[in-house]
Amino acid sequence: MSEKHHIIPVWFFVGILLFIYGVLIFVSGLVEFSHPPDTVLTNLHAPVWWGALLVVLGGVYCLMFRPGKN
Amino acid sequence: MSSLLAMFLAGTSTERLVHLRPVDLAIIVIYFGLVLGIGFYLKRFAKTGEDFFLAGREMTAWVAGLAFVSANLGSLELLGWAGNAYQYGIMAAHWYWVGAIPAMVFLGLVMMPFYYISKTHSVPGYLKLRYGSEASALSAITFAFMTILMSGVNMYAMAVVMEVVLGWNLHFSIIVSSLTVGVYVAAGGLFSAIFNEVLQFFLIWFGALLIPILGMIETGGWSGMVARIQQNFPGQDFTHMWGPMSSPTANPMGVQWIAIVFGLGATLSMGYWTTDFLVVQRVLSAKDVRSAKLAPIIGSFFKMAVPLIVILPGLLGRAVLPFHLVPGNQAQPGQFKYDDVLPLMLARYCGPGLMGLGITALIAGFMAGMAGNVSAFATVWTYDIYRPYLRKTESDAHYVSMGRWCTIIGLIVSIGTAYLVTRSKSMMDYVQALFGFFIAPLFGTVVIGMLWKRVTRMGGFIGLLAGVLSSIGIFVAMKLDQHWVSVFCFSPLAQPLAQAMWQALWSGVICVGVSVLVTLATKPIPDENLRGLVYALTDISREQNATIFQKPAFWGAVALAIFVVLQIIFW
Repeated sequence: MSEKHHIIPVWFFVGILLFIYGVLIFVSGLVEFSHPPDTVLTNLHAPVWWGALLVVLGGVYCLMFRPGKN
Repeated sequence: MSSLLAMFLAGTSTERLVHLRPVDLAIIVIYFGLVLGIGFYLKRFAKTGEDFFLAGREMTAWVAGLAFVSANLGSLELLGWAGNAYQYGIMAAHWYWVGAIPAMVFLGLVMMPFYYISKTHSVPGYLKLRYGSEASALSAITFAFMTILMSGVNMYAMAVVMEVVLGWNLHFSIIVSSLTVGVYVAAGGLFSAIFNEVLQFFLIWFGALLIPILGMIETGGWSGMVARIQQNFPGQDFTHMWGPMSSPTANPMGVQWIAIVFGLGATLSMGYWTTDFLVVQRVLSAKDVRSAKLAPIIGSFFKMAVPLIVILPGLLGRAVLPFHLVPGNQAQPGQFKYDDVLPLMLARYCGPGLMGLGITALIAGFMAGMAGNVSAFATVWTYDIYRPYLRKTESDAHYVSMGRWCTIIGLIVSIGTAYLVTRSKSMMDYVQALFGFFIAPLFGTVVIGMLWKRVTRMGGFIGLLAGVLSSIGIFVAMKLDQHWVSVFCFSPLAQPLAQAMWQALWSGVICVGVSVLVTLATKPIPDENLRGLVYALTDISREQNATIFQKPAFWGAVALAIFVVLQIIFW
């Protein structure tokens, strides 16, 4: 994307955002085991697996597109 | 800052659909911090006009394609179309499929090469090269004016949604969102706008995708959802797209298939996706012609999937919500509107953390909409109004500076518009209607100019003018007297969405018809002035040495094939 300007790829910023959000959502999901929220299907613990998915995806993006990696 | 906080706190005590926890607020604050940081980081790269207004023309097909589709994935659209899906059923998906996919493929394969090869900065810029200053000036001035009004409408809509959904103060939302957008777009120009649109794309998908996943689990899959809808609303068909199109009486939109195919598919969507500079600007940032051709086609695959996170939640609302939603103008205290369906479904399935992600996706959608509008405004003002008509011979640095100031001024005007809309709510409908007046005729003018070299300068200009005036005339006539709805739409039952399709179809036909007649009565433009601008006189790269998987035409054909299969599945 950035041969001319050597800009950090936008995918790296996407990775950072997904990773941080994944951690926050995953931890919220763990808290829900003791304090279930007032929503339906809480037994599925969606924040735990959704948060984990975001962490993995965000981590992969951060690694693949980190600054300095050609 | 303390007064802003006071305004925020003042608003938090009002009624709201959802409640945010500290983790949700942290997610929102992190988003604001990241986009501001990206804006400051990108400022150093936006030095020349091409950098600031066209992101250096170095975006890959994937980045340009995601930004292209995200520019149309604003929160106003998400909330509105989820509400339309609740109201009209799966028919609302026509706006994502027949109302987008053929047009995106057409833009990539047929029109993009001309925009790109002509090295224009904008759609009015292409009109200037093809037809001269009359058609270009008409297009540029109206686009700049309407874009800035739309930015204000977006700002107001965001503030209202935040007030209703979260209980936030209206002024707080307007000031914080406009300050943030102003800072990052003035700093990085189109670079910032595109980066933010790509972030928004991921936020919207990850913020909204859990709704259909959990909804399908709750209802037991598609057949379970259909069964519940039929149980809750017996005798009504919300789950077929073309079956109820045989007659206006057979569907809640009051529309026939001919209006969907020719009004929406062949005119309205072609006009929006191929000539609305807000979306075309994203593709112009691509690094080469092949990327520019591929970008809209990549976008079309994601566009086809958007009904999963917009239309399906609306349908699920019919199946699982324990109460019925009502039209916005009929909602009594304690009742919810059609447009509330997406936040209601979010609140149904998403607890702390996931709720913050969903709300951040909505905020990102609104802010990306504003950023898209002001960056497109800055480009059209600077290159199509200021440079040709006010200051012709300034340096590139001067025009970049003008672009930055335009961003700030544009936002100030947008804030004024937002407050005007708070005083007169009906203005919002009229501003949105304004856009409809120009889209179809502009498509007629651009496409006939690309495909037929005989069209003359006056043919293009007078055709465009006739199309716009007829569009306004038809709109006003149908608003003033219901009798004209039957005349122009062939049915008195046509709802506003159906009326917009017929209005577009008529104005497009009038535009092309008048262009042809005037062209035949005026002298042709010499061929040497049209090289690189029209089909017959342009050498377009055919990717002779590329493999089949590298050819945009192959992926365009795949997109159209999937589109046809979807129509058959949901017939």
